[in-house]
Amino acid sequence: MAYDSSYGVNDFAFKVATVNGTGSASANGLLLQALFRMGIPVSGKNVFPSNIQGLPTWYEIRVNGDGYTARSPDFQLVVAMNPQSYARDIAEVVSGGWVLYDDTRPLDPKLKRDDVTFLGVPLAGMCVEHFEKPRTRILMKNITYVGALVALLDIDRDVVKQMLEEKFSAKQHLMDANFKAIDLGYRYAKEHFDCPLPLRLETMDETKDCVMVTGNVAAGLGCVYAGATVGAWYPITPSTSLMDAFTEFCQRFRVDPETGKNNYCIIQAEDELAAAGMVIGASWMGARSFTPTSGPGISLMSEFIGLAYYAEIPSVFFDVQRTGPSTGMPTRTQQGDLMLCAYASHGDTKHIVLFPANPKECFDFAVAAFDLAERFQTPVFVVLDLDIGMNDWMIPRLEWDDAYRPDRGKVLSADDLEKVEKFYRYLDVDGDHIPYRTLPGVHPKGAYFTRGSGHDKFGRYTEGSAEYIEVVDRILKKVESAGDHVPQPEVYGEGATDPDGAASYGLVSIGGCHWAVLEARDELAKRGIEVDYLRIRGFPFNRTVEDFLGAHDQVFVIEQNRDEQLRKLLLMETDCPKEKLVSITYYGGQPLSKGHVLGGLAEHIEILPAGMGGRS
Amino acid sequence: MSYITKPVARHPAMRVNKLGLTPRDYEGAMSTLCAGCGHDSVTAALIQAFFELDVEPHRVAKLSGIGCSSKTPTYFISEAHGFNSVHGRMPSIAAGANAANKDLLYVGISGDGDSLSIGLGQFCHAVRRNVNMLYVLENNGVYGLTKGQFSASADIGTKSKKGEVNQQGPIDAVNVALTMGATFVARSFSGDKAQLIPILKAGLRHKGFAFIDVISPCVTFNDHVGSTKSYAHTRFHVHEVVETDFVPIRTQIEAEYAEGSVRSVKMHDGSTLQLRKVAEDYDPTDRAAVIDYLGKVVRRGEVPTGLLYLAEAGADMHDFSDTVDRPLVDIEYEALCPGSAALDEVQKEWW
Repeated sequence: MAYDSSYGVNDFAFKVATVNGTGSASANGLLLQALFRMGIPVSGKNVFPSNIQGLPTWYEIRVNGDGYTARSPDFQLVVAMNPQSYARDIAEVVSGGWVLYDDTRPLDPKLKRDDVTFLGVPLAGMCVEHFEKPRTRILMKNITYVGALVALLDIDRDVVKQMLEEKFSAKQHLMDANFKAIDLGYRYAKEHFDCPLPLRLETMDETKDCVMVTGNVAAGLGCVYAGATVGAWYPITPSTSLMDAFTEFCQRFRVDPETGKNNYCIIQAEDELAAAGMVIGASWMGARSFTPTSGPGISLMSEFIGLAYYAEIPSVFFDVQRTGPSTGMPTRTQQGDLMLCAYASHGDTKHIVLFPANPKECFDFAVAAFDLAERFQTPVFVVLDLDIGMNDWMIPRLEWDDAYRPDRGKVLSADDLEKVEKFYRYLDVDGDHIPYRTLPGVHPKGAYFTRGSGHDKFGRYTEGSAEYIEVVDRILKKVESAGDHVPQPEVYGEGATDPDGAASYGLVSIGGCHWAVLEARDELAKRGIEVDYLRIRGFPFNRTVEDFLGAHDQVFVIEQNRDEQLRKLLLMETDCPKEKLVSITYYGGQPLSKGHVLGGLAEHIEILPAGMGGRS
Repeated sequence: MSYITKPVARHPAMRVNKLGLTPRDYEGAMSTLCAGCGHDSVTAALIQAFFELDVEPHRVAKLSGIGCSSKTPTYFISEAHGFNSVHGRMPSIAAGANAANKDLLYVGISGDGDSLSIGLGQFCHAVRRNVNMLYVLENNGVYGLTKGQFSASADIGTKSKKGEVNQQGPIDAVNVALTMGATFVARSFSGDKAQLIPILKAGLRHKGFAFIDVISPCVTFNDHVGSTKSYAHTRFHVHEVVETDFVPIRTQIEAEYAEGSVRSVKMHDGSTLQLRKVAEDYDPTDRAAVIDYLGKVVRRGEVPTGLLYLAEAGADMHDFSDTVDRPLVDIEYEALCPGSAALDEVQKEWW
């Protein structure tokens, strides 16, 4: 689309193309945080390779005064720092946009475009001139382009200055170098270009009640607040930073003040199978225990997940989804594990699954996951998208109610056991399909044999049909009853669950799709098309989901996988007829954008002015 | 032997331990293994060991994987918590359980298929982690429940019941444990209760991963001529390297051995082990020398037995993690949750 300068203020997307391993991450983080502190709604997407050093990497930033922070692939500005990817980076700038590049060496004339403005800054040259050490020169080149952007985009210099002071307060020489680099870029841009560009920033007041954090960090903190004491894991992108965060917060908050020893135990397992076993072992003992992993890990853990399901052992699994199948694209986002998690393991299984849409929900759902796992004595999955887990998100401040106490579910204490005549592990005493549980070592009467082999309601080994069926039928009812206790769906649109009040069309989505769907829905409203929207936040589905599907003539299911997994889950788990649910999928590994949604809808309903088909 | 039920009557003169319990109180369900199975002798020895150590039955956690061996936790201490998990993965369950509650007495029962094939990785890593538990490998060289396939501990040239000859070299569990840094490594024979019971007791009292490889013949699939894990072959080729006496804490040491041949080792809880070397110059605390010596014995076609290696006072999984002394499951929630004020502090850094 042609660039329209009227929306250049606080409404644009730009992209920084660098080489990974050169320190650009901290420069880009600095940029993102500066815009956030200027009070402007902002989002950052780190598009990085599965590699340590030398390959192209990108950082995309979108600012939007109206608060739309889904990924936008329409880049009005590209900071092209990597000759390896010049061609595609320059090609991606929208017509009328700008390219900021390092002109220490002249740009290949073949790369030039007539419809964009090229802003050459001798970044490498200036850094060679002003910094001595080779490594410093490489690192400061990144800070220098930040300096140029400060001038070009009118970023608040005081904010940048304050951030550098905070960051390097203990390292004067680094602070000096960073100030110098910022200044070099800033001065050069001021002297050579007409600053600021039409594309620029103005201070707002939209972020003061917000924080900026990744989903993995928020989830790791949630595990600390939930009272988890045992974490077992095997390193895997993109979930590693969840355990890193848990470890860091434990070191900060979980060291016993008297002895200096740890009120937690983190085990780096030999593989994901062992990590799952450790979680199950610890949970069997009564600890709150969890493991963070990604799709390949869930594949490996599947046998154990079936054990936890059948033996009814609470356990919490975080799946930060990456692009599958197999190794797939480990650093790209997808929602390809919905089916995997809903039914992980052989035989008849079904699990409780939670789907956060931002880091705030990662924190809240982490706590909820432990409560649900213990209440229903079963595995619970918290399924994040890589985009949510690894990228920084602007979210409302997290809140904590100090009156919260964990729901440990139906656990018999030593006193309880003293009173009972005999304890049977899998007996449905209360008629709610949830049996009572005991913890090892508490009381002689509490002992029983935990097994993944056939057992009757008394916990005894069985190969008898009736006894077997009685137990597995109860377990199914138990898990299905959790539908009313998982985070309820978020519904947009008045009367959206009422057949008489609902609009004709409904949208359903999940996880990180949410933000692009919200933006697309607003866009549709501007064009006079009202659509209702429901965001799934938990599985099993409940009545609200069923009602929403029932209330609409047609429902578009928007998700990020090839096989329409959410649509199929809805078809299997509700009474909705097949033809009513139409799929809109995008599974190329990038976060969803408005264009994906509108483009997908345009294939089915008349919504867009000519020439505005979905681009990605 | 599962067609008879156990009698409930007790012999009035049955021995009673310090807790007032009899050996019967350490028994479990009736075994469903084949009559004469070596595993049942191991079970009997375990019952005796627990009884003699005055262990509180409900403070025991007994775990296993899958296979004939892994059925045996059902057959001892009914009042202990049991966990019959998945094939080859019991070590990870035990590690997680121990991480959560270090105060229970953990005993894992495994087999050669469970520990040396499907579960070799978990076995090795449980050793490395030095999980505080007794780990008994009931080793018969054969898969029982699936009817007679060779296991990874079958020796080269050993014959299956069907006449097939094994060509792949065996994995020697003792050697693996030693190489992985195990702090307590023993081998025994299910047919030798006198040797097995003191070793089991020592293993239960050892702080860290106590590994016992027990040759436990499979009477149905691997007790014939041509098998190197049969009763007859094992009896004939046993080479006892070290005799072990377990002396409980505060008990006078009464055994008399020739001077110089006995080595007393203090256990973590204050009890004592007396190791009498049968072989000259055998030092059960010198890992490299033990590996070297055992290699020579094995090459002669003999089965070295006894408490072969011991390193007391090593760091276990909890020491590596520097966890608090009390079990994590006993820590009240209030000490685990940082609260709302801390959350505000954390979020200042997210601005």
